[in-house]
Amino acid sequence: MSEVIVITSGKGGVGKTTTSANIGTGLAMLGMRTALIDTDIGLRNLDVVMGLENRIVYNLVDVVEGNCRMKQALIRDKRYPNLYLLPSAQTRDKSAVNPEQMIKLTEDLKDDFDYILLDCPAGIEQGFRNAIAGADRALVVTTPEVSAIRDADRIIGLLETGDMGQIQLIVNRVRTDMVRRGDMMSVDDVMDILAVPLLGAVPDDESIVISTNQGEPLAGTDTPAGQAYMDICKRLLGEDIPLSIPEAGRGFISRLTGFLKRA
Amino acid sequence: MNRRRRVTQKRSGEIARKRLKILLAADKTNSSPEFLEMIKDDIYQVVSRYMDIDSSEIEVGFTKAWPQGGPEYEPAFYASIPIRCLSYKGII
Repeated sequence: MSEVIVITSGKGGVGKTTTSANIGTGLAMLGMRTALIDTDIGLRNLDVVMGLENRIVYNLVDVVEGNCRMKQALIRDKRYPNLYLLPSAQTRDKSAVNPEQMIKLTEDLKDDFDYILLDCPAGIEQGFRNAIAGADRALVVTTPEVSAIRDADRIIGLLETGDMGQIQLIVNRVRTDMVRRGDMMSVDDVMDILAVPLLGAVPDDESIVISTNQGEPLAGTDTPAGQAYMDICKRLLGEDIPLSIPEAGRGFISRLTGFLKRA
Repeated sequence: MNRRRRVTQKRSGEIARKRLKILLAADKTNSSPEFLEMIKDDIYQVVSRYMDIDSSEIEVGFTKAWPQGGPEYEPAFYASIPIRCLSYKGII
């Protein structure tokens, strides 16, 4: 039984694409046949984060318009045998696709994949409507900031009125050091405010920047964020993984041990 | 300077949490000007049965409230209704 999951946030820049790339990679590593779909038409990004930007021939709009078959547009990630990417179109806009077409597209993919992940564009307009149309489940990504949480709350409201089956929260860029000294809202605070079950929290980890620079998702690697994403993937598969935040050290001691590890 | 801020001010995480609670209360109740006008009208309809008030002087909005008089505040909806004349209508 395959599942269509939309990764959304309302606000831009909170890490939707990074989260999509890493959950997709993690699920593929765990043996799931996974399709990643970039639904941000006009602002294509998931291909770059995945490091697959040089392999695009056809895109989502080509599939929808019948210019090519689905199999021609799907890019197989050679690093993970179960992982495929359907890139977005860069030279078109959101109106090139409608929700009915997205529902058909996701239905078609269900035959070949266990998980279909939709990377949603920022905002609440047509791009968002398209992305959520075919989804069974939504992961709302937010950061512990007032603006991001406000937008997440709005998105959750829209998902609830749109009868989204299951809505879960991912709190991204948590800095445990700042939470500890009271200068950042804790994951519990965010959960309490948004009143949506938590799927996982991801620490603010500089290895994310490095991974994006390289175009290599870090799910499953020995980094705090890599571990957090892997835990999220296992929870998606129904494993009972305790909700803890792998800590990204920024203090002197952790920098020192990090240095010694590298040396 | 930084140390003084620490002593005199609340932690910023707590400030963020409380700002959000008020913000979301306002967002959720759809506090558009039209919505607030509708509430004002209803308040006027009810309160004017008992007191002489001016509908144009009613003020409504979202604010902070300290329910137990302690340091913890909650989002609250307030209405300020100046009484024009203290002659009670109907009751008493």
